[in-house]
Amino acid sequence: MSAVAAAPAHGEAPPSYSVLPQVAPFLGVLAVAITLPFISNDYWILIGTRAAIYWVLVSGLNLVVGFAGHLAIGYVALLALGAYSTSVLVAGNVLPPLPVFGALPIAAIVGAVFGVIVGLPALRLRTFYFAMSTLGFATIVTQIALAWQSVTGGGIGIAGPEFPEPFNTAQGFYYLCIAFAVAATCLTANIAHSRFGRGLIAIRDAEVAAEASGISKPRVLVAIFVLAGALAAIAGGLFASLQTYITPDAFTFDLSVLFFIAILLGGRGSILGPLLATIILTILPEFAAPLAAWSTFLYAVLLLVIVLAMPGGIAALLDFRNRRPLATHRTILPNPAALGGVMRKTIGQRTLSLRGITLSFGSVQAIAGLDLDVHPAKIHGLIGPNGSGKTTTLNVISGYYSANAGTMNLGADVLPPGRPVLRAGKGIARTFQTPRLIGEATVLQNVMIGGTIEGQATFAETLLSLPRNRRDERRLATKAVDMLGIVGGMAALAEVRADRLQHSELRFIEIARALMLDPDFLLLDEPAAGLSGDEIDRLAALIRAISGFGTGVLLVEHHADLIFAICDEVTVLNLGRVLAAGTPDEIRSHKDVVSAYLGA
Amino acid sequence: MLASIIASGLAAGAIYALVGITYNTMFSTSRVMSFTAGQLAMLGGVLGSMFTLRLGLPTLAGFGLTLFSCAIIGVITEFVAVRPVLKSLDQHLYVLSTLAIALMIQQVAAIEWGTEPRPFPRLIGLGSGVWDEKFWLPVGACAITIAGLEYLYRRTLVGRAFIAIAEDNFAARALGLPERSLRVASYALAGIIGAMAGYSGGELMLAFFANGALLNFYGFVPVALGGLGNNRGAIIGGVSLGLYQQAANFLVGGIFSSVAVFTLFIVVLLAAPQGLFGSASARRV
Repeated sequence: MSAVAAAPAHGEAPPSYSVLPQVAPFLGVLAVAITLPFISNDYWILIGTRAAIYWVLVSGLNLVVGFAGHLAIGYVALLALGAYSTSVLVAGNVLPPLPVFGALPIAAIVGAVFGVIVGLPALRLRTFYFAMSTLGFATIVTQIALAWQSVTGGGIGIAGPEFPEPFNTAQGFYYLCIAFAVAATCLTANIAHSRFGRGLIAIRDAEVAAEASGISKPRVLVAIFVLAGALAAIAGGLFASLQTYITPDAFTFDLSVLFFIAILLGGRGSILGPLLATIILTILPEFAAPLAAWSTFLYAVLLLVIVLAMPGGIAALLDFRNRRPLATHRTILPNPAALGGVMRKTIGQRTLSLRGITLSFGSVQAIAGLDLDVHPAKIHGLIGPNGSGKTTTLNVISGYYSANAGTMNLGADVLPPGRPVLRAGKGIARTFQTPRLIGEATVLQNVMIGGTIEGQATFAETLLSLPRNRRDERRLATKAVDMLGIVGGMAALAEVRADRLQHSELRFIEIARALMLDPDFLLLDEPAAGLSGDEIDRLAALIRAISGFGTGVLLVEHHADLIFAICDEVTVLNLGRVLAAGTPDEIRSHKDVVSAYLGA
Repeated sequence: MLASIIASGLAAGAIYALVGITYNTMFSTSRVMSFTAGQLAMLGGVLGSMFTLRLGLPTLAGFGLTLFSCAIIGVITEFVAVRPVLKSLDQHLYVLSTLAIALMIQQVAAIEWGTEPRPFPRLIGLGSGVWDEKFWLPVGACAITIAGLEYLYRRTLVGRAFIAIAEDNFAARALGLPERSLRVASYALAGIIGAMAGYSGGELMLAFFANGALLNFYGFVPVALGGLGNNRGAIIGGVSLGLYQQAANFLVGGIFSSVAVFTLFIVVLLAAPQGLFGSASARRV
């Protein structure tokens, strides 16, 4: 009970949402970076410059690998692309020579374009394919750099760009690179802490739920690839200048491995972790000369150790907050009366209606000519034995399956089949049979994902953290904390990693996420499964309150008591067909239903 | 020119197809795509050259030792990088663990063998011009491998057990098949097939540590073309890729042949994500 007692009252600001503890470590790193030239020599300034340049690339790559979970192993290719673009533009091999600060933005655009091209397979396929496409790109960029002699100088190479005063000294250039690194950190952190960053993690760990929340994978990913590609190319321009002379040999695959492993060593979904890891990995080979030759081997061993022994990386080591024990004997205590503060005030007018829906998988007919109406402010129960097509029906409504025949309408509008991402925009939210939450994200972040489509700030606004983005974030966070309190009295758990909670809590958090949308229709897939008797009673009151505020609820359940207690209408399915439909009282005495359930 | 395009295209294609089959062999029993496939082929060339030219062993003994060493490396991969991550297959940790092993193999080869391409022994000394053995050896190795695999899968009990595990892992285990030993065996087999690719292609590609990363990619393209786990698709895909790449090489020059292959790869992935011969994906919700 203690956790519940500590819950903040409705409307209060999110707990521990202050910025300082999060920013302090970054300021510490920056302070060390700024003082470095005063306490050391040119050699360490060189190492520091290198680390800063690597971080410009890694910070962008971190969104791709650490947040979106796409294994980009060949990003050295984009570094090479940026290095050559800048050098060639400054040298004037192709066009009239440009000043270096004019060449860098162009290189960034080139990097952005190729970042997207390399990322295209990731839009449809996961993991190995994308890893391969980046690896393939890394292979061909080096080959092209070698073969295209008139532009790149082939194996002889090309002079890197020189920066104007005051950046042409070792120290001046170092501070320039630090400035770029700071900018890259801010930009990527803004994205990471916005609905875009949460959307990326959602796509990574709970793609189906992300789609149901209206997160469009291609749109978010392309934006990220643009950003990561541009940052990598800028890093390349700086790298070329640091090298003073570049040849294809400078862009070995070993560098790619360093970038990639920095992120995994740092920990997924963190910015501080990869930053520290980048610094560590850059310095590591400097401590012992023999290590330098074996550095890639060392990185590979490190990679294996991370994967097998510490998947959380540095970020998990630094995550003190989630090592604190949680209160035991937590009780879920919904407060349905407060729903009015966040939910709609008017009852929707449209009815969700299915007519003649038919769907078969191979020779198995999952749904055969289903008619179903879900009315606003009513609870519609969908029951039936296992395999009768209940969840399949929900999946057809949410667009995961396209029906072979039949129509779906929302009022007068046709609901397009097979487009799950569009459902949130149509006001349809849902929960899943097994809760689909992001274990590595906090409870608050999980709930905020439900409100993603309400965000108004564009990607560019978010990148710069303009007022509209901050307004979005504040509004979403406040609403999410309120929602947690209303749905289960769980506001005190907002900052806890979702995978530390118990099953019943996850069920209620899913409902909170779905309600963030303020949905016209809420589809609940066995919400009572695994709950205790008390919890089921509270769930019943909550569902009734939700429908009381105008939301139409479609409830798939095995607990007949719950169905008969709260539903206004019940449809019974058997082998994909409607066995019976009517009020709970009619269903309870329906003899076919009794025989299907009791086997009599 | 047509003759040289076909000769070198078929030879390169056969090597790519063999690497593709190496991927598939590991995939079929474990659902894991392993980055070691290309490295095994690289080792086939490097070890072959080392045993025969540097250590002066007879060709046949060198060949046998090469296959044996690669089989051992296959088994080590299974124990170190595949078995520990199998229980969380959906997190795709195998991409990282097998990449780590692949990088280790590559780095050791680079340091112990050197970063320059070195000659590979002339094995038989038969043929010249477009009929040179460096062109037909890979094709022959590919044909022998296919025949061997067909015999294994269709005529032997072990081969049928492989297929059973590939088709339905749970059912196969429920029937009492020794899933774990079969998986280890398939990794050894993959090592042998990869070594065949590198050894037979040694005269064409030389003993060069960087062949590993290259073959990782070029050998994966046939798998992407043909669909995961589909050996027939990998062979058709590999041979087409070889011909396509060599035609581009002769017609538009070296720079653009790699661009052409990369473009083909991206286009195929976007147009037919499951491969041209693959089957549709399973249910998600």
